[in-house]
This record gives sequence, structure tokens and C-alpha cells, in this order.
Amino acid sequence: MKKAFRAAFPVTVPVLLGYLFVGLAFGVLLRQGGYGPLWAAGMSAAVYAGSMQFVMLNFLGGGFSLVQVALMTLAVNFRHLFYGLSFTERFRQMGKKRWYMIYSLTDETYSLLCSQRAPEGVEQGQFFFAIALLDELYWIAGAVLGTVVGGLLPFDTTGIDFAMTALFIVIAVEQWQAYKSRFPALWGAGCALACLLLLGPDKFLIPALLLAVLGLLACSRPIVKKLGEEGEQ
Amino acid sequence: MSAWRVVAVIAVVGAVTFLTRAAPFWFFKRGTPRWVNYLGRVLPPAIMAILVVYCLRGVSLLTYPYGLPELLAGAAVVGLHLWKKNNLISILGGTALYMVLVQLVFAG
Repeated sequence: MKKAFRAAFPVTVPVLLGYLFVGLAFGVLLRQGGYGPLWAAGMSAAVYAGSMQFVMLNFLGGGFSLVQVALMTLAVNFRHLFYGLSFTERFRQMGKKRWYMIYSLTDETYSLLCSQRAPEGVEQGQFFFAIALLDELYWIAGAVLGTVVGGLLPFDTTGIDFAMTALFIVIAVEQWQAYKSRFPALWGAGCALACLLLLGPDKFLIPALLLAVLGLLACSRPIVKKLGEEGEQ
Repeated sequence: MSAWRVVAVIAVVGAVTFLTRAAPFWFFKRGTPRWVNYLGRVLPPAIMAILVVYCLRGVSLLTYPYGLPELLAGAAVVGLHLWKKNNLISILGGTALYMVLVQLVFAG
């Protein structure tokens, strides 16, 4: 297990930076709402979904029924339905740890699991578990730190949230180079841009995801042909 | 706002979040169908492209600074990554450039 953590740590450094910064931002907002470090840790452990936790801050102030809260959460986190699809077989082989893997499958952990393979001598399941656990610890540490230091940071942190965008871009570049078919990436980008233009920034995510899935299903034959049958689980 | 209401909201958000992550595992208990395996293979690049757009959804191309900080910093990330192939260099370099751009170059 120790070996798995040692192998996982360098891989998670980008997420460490991203989560510390964004978690810090979340903590600072939480503190402004009058919540302390214990709330930060509790919320981050109970929910553990970066963007959703920011949305949740709006619910705490009231004005929403619990049913509305549930629906909103479903909409914002709907994309996670598709993350699990990539790992149904892999997680099933991980025994009881799979429950933790499912719970901790955030955007960033998903990205890392997609792009990283365990080095030789390290068991793949333990490697995945170490990545997921480290990521969550970074996030909780960032949020708690945010409520503690508040506005005391010695430099202007405006724009630091771009770290998250940069991480997604890096993964996209790696996939672009690794995949034999460009269609999935181009189709995803096209769906997102079209829906963004038509529906606006608050409502485009879910339709874009659904459109992307439908399009990929409709074009499965030519894509499978291009990718080759190998890699079929 | 009572503490119980806050706890209830956290519990609902946490439960639904877990549900969205667990659903694929419950629905496909007896082995995964072919189309699911197929989606598992081809979805990641599509989702990553969508997430990049999602991160940049608030950028306005029609008002100052016309998305230039995002465009330049994004290009820097791509360039650095093609050149050095090191996640940390690409992300740190791009983010640092972005912070300089929004705080100093395109400030106000």
C-alpha cells in the first residue's frame, strides 16, 4: 500500500494544486457565510463534489425546498453517471474499496484514473485507491485552510481557478494524441459549444452531455472500426 | 437558518451526488452490455472537451477583454504540454500566465 501511495503522489500533484486553491476559495466563501473549519471538513467529506459545493452555498441560505435541492444536485452532477460507465468493470474487481472509489469519483480523480496506469510492481487497484484518497485529502485540506486563513493571504489569488481549466486541457491534449479517432473529442467540443450558444452558460451542460452520448451511440460503427476492436473489455 | 436545515441540505446534496456516481454500478450488476463498454471507451475525450468548455462558459467574447486571457493561457498550456509533456509544468505555467494576464495586463 505504501508503494501505491508513493507511486500515486507525483501523479496527483496537479490535482493537489488545483484542489488546494479551489478548496481554499470554497473555504473563504464558507467563512464569509459564518461557517468554521468543522463545517468545511464535514461538507467536503459528506458531499465531495467541487462545483456542487459552490452551488450548495446558495441553498444554505434558504429559499429552496429539499426537493429542489435534490433536483439541482442531480442536474449539476448528472455527468458523474457517465464517469462510472468507464470503470464499472475495473471497480468491481476492487472488492470493498469500490464503495470508496464510487463515492470519490470527482471530475479530477476521473481524469487521473483515465490517464494513469500503475507503474510496474504496484497493484492497479491500490494505485487507483491511493489516487482517490490523496485527492480527497487535498480538497478537504484546502477547504479547511480557507476557513482558517480567510482573507489573510499575502498575494492576490485572482485567476488561480484557471488551474482546473488547465488540468482539463492537459488531459484533452493527451487524449487527442492517444486516440486513433478524433471524432469523440471534436463531437464533444461541438456539442458543448452549440449548446452553450443556444442555451447559455447556466443550462447547457446536461443537454451537451446527452447530445454527445446520443451522437457517439449513433456513430458507433465507424468509430469502433477506426479505434480497432482491441481494448474491448 | 437552523443548523438542522443546513445538515439536511448537506445530506441531500451528498446522497444525490453519491447516487449519480453509483448508478452505473447498480444498473449493470450482471456484467456490462456492449454499448456501455463502448461508451466507456469513447466518452472520456468527449467529456473532457465538454468540461473545458464548461470551465470557460463565463467568458464573454464580445466585451473586453474578449476572452484573450483564456485564449492565451489555454494556448500556453497546450504548447507547454506538447513541448515538455509534464502535467505540472503545463498547469503551473498556464495558471501563472493567466493570473498575470487578468491581474496586470487586462486589469480593469
